[in-house]
Amino acid sequence: MTVLVEILSWVLLTLGGISVLIGGIGALRMPDLYTRMHAASVTDSMGAMLVLGGIMLQAGWSLATIKLITILLFLLLTSPTSSNALASAALLAGTRPIAEAKQEPGEVQ
Amino acid sequence: MSAESSAADSKGAGGNTARPAYLRMLLLALVLMATWLLWSGFFKPLLIGLGVLSCALTLYLVRRMDFFTREAFTLHYDFRLLRFWVWLGREIVLSSLQVARVVLRRRIEVEPILVDINAGNLSTVDQVLLGNSITLTPGTLTLDMHEGRLRVHALTAEGAAALEEGEMQRRVAALGRR
Amino acid sequence: MYYVVTIATLVTMDLALIRAVLGPSVYDRVLAMNMFGTKTVLLLSVIAFLYGRPDFLDLALAYALINFIGVLAVLEFFRVRSLRRQAEQLEEAGIE
Repeated sequence: MTVLVEILSWVLLTLGGISVLIGGIGALRMPDLYTRMHAASVTDSMGAMLVLGGIMLQAGWSLATIKLITILLFLLLTSPTSSNALASAALLAGTRPIAEAKQEPGEVQ
Repeated sequence: MSAESSAADSKGAGGNTARPAYLRMLLLALVLMATWLLWSGFFKPLLIGLGVLSCALTLYLVRRMDFFTREAFTLHYDFRLLRFWVWLGREIVLSSLQVARVVLRRRIEVEPILVDINAGNLSTVDQVLLGNSITLTPGTLTLDMHEGRLRVHALTAEGAAALEEGEMQRRVAALGRR
Repeated sequence: MYYVVTIATLVTMDLALIRAVLGPSVYDRVLAMNMFGTKTVLLLSVIAFLYGRPDFLDLALAYALINFIGVLAVLEFFRVRSLRRQAEQLEEAGIE
């Protein structure tokens, strides 16, 4: 049982490290701001979930787990808010997504 | 916010139980104090006194922000929200894999699309919940929310199609129903 | 095994820093700094267990709070700036 939890936690941690890394690579490689935000949200939601989940399994039932859950909840609740603020601020400043060209002219605005 | 609009907001948010103001204040005070005790872990009179002081200050500030006199929304923290989170977690995993495939290709070739979603049938709180859930899943991003219409930036055509199919919207709507 | 996550997080922070330096727009830099901040939170949590010091978790939560408020404050600043610029442009157009 404990061995199983141990293995599961290492798997989660490794996958978390990989997804954090993928998000970082994506943020560097993507062509424009909005596509980069998609890559960043991989690290923010997926990476955080996996890494903190893996640590939670290591911690077991303790005060540390409650704190980790609080941190995870806080990250998951705030990251869409700050992405949204970033997107709306960028739109207001006139940064157009490359996707906009593909819409019919009447639909934009 | 006028009384009518807040009543309309709370209608879809899952039946407002309309607790009296002093009860909500007491509830908030209890939650704050429990949080303080959890994070401090010390039970010396000085530290507990400081905690009581900070809770009182927070309550005062929140009161000044008219949190108690205004009709606030109430979410239902029952098992349905938990089930929604589990479903959302699965969606996050699946769409992360999609984004990872795009990122790790040898040549980056993305065709992002803008999609408009009509969420006029949801209450304001549920619209926010939907918009944030869309942003939280990698590959889709809420750009703008205006009069019940969400403008969504999707990285892949599959992600856009899944959104337009509307499963997430149905689930959020089911969450708001009593 | 914690080292794998630590190294992955550190490399990602470096990638975010590169993105912040490359830009090109201000918003790319804000995005990069936001990413850097959330990775710092993850790094602090991992370090708490790597070195067996649970008090690092408190630091992680405090950092998450500060990062969130900081990003919002910076964005608000830029939003007001672009609003003011638009108003000035409208005014100039009205005069001519």
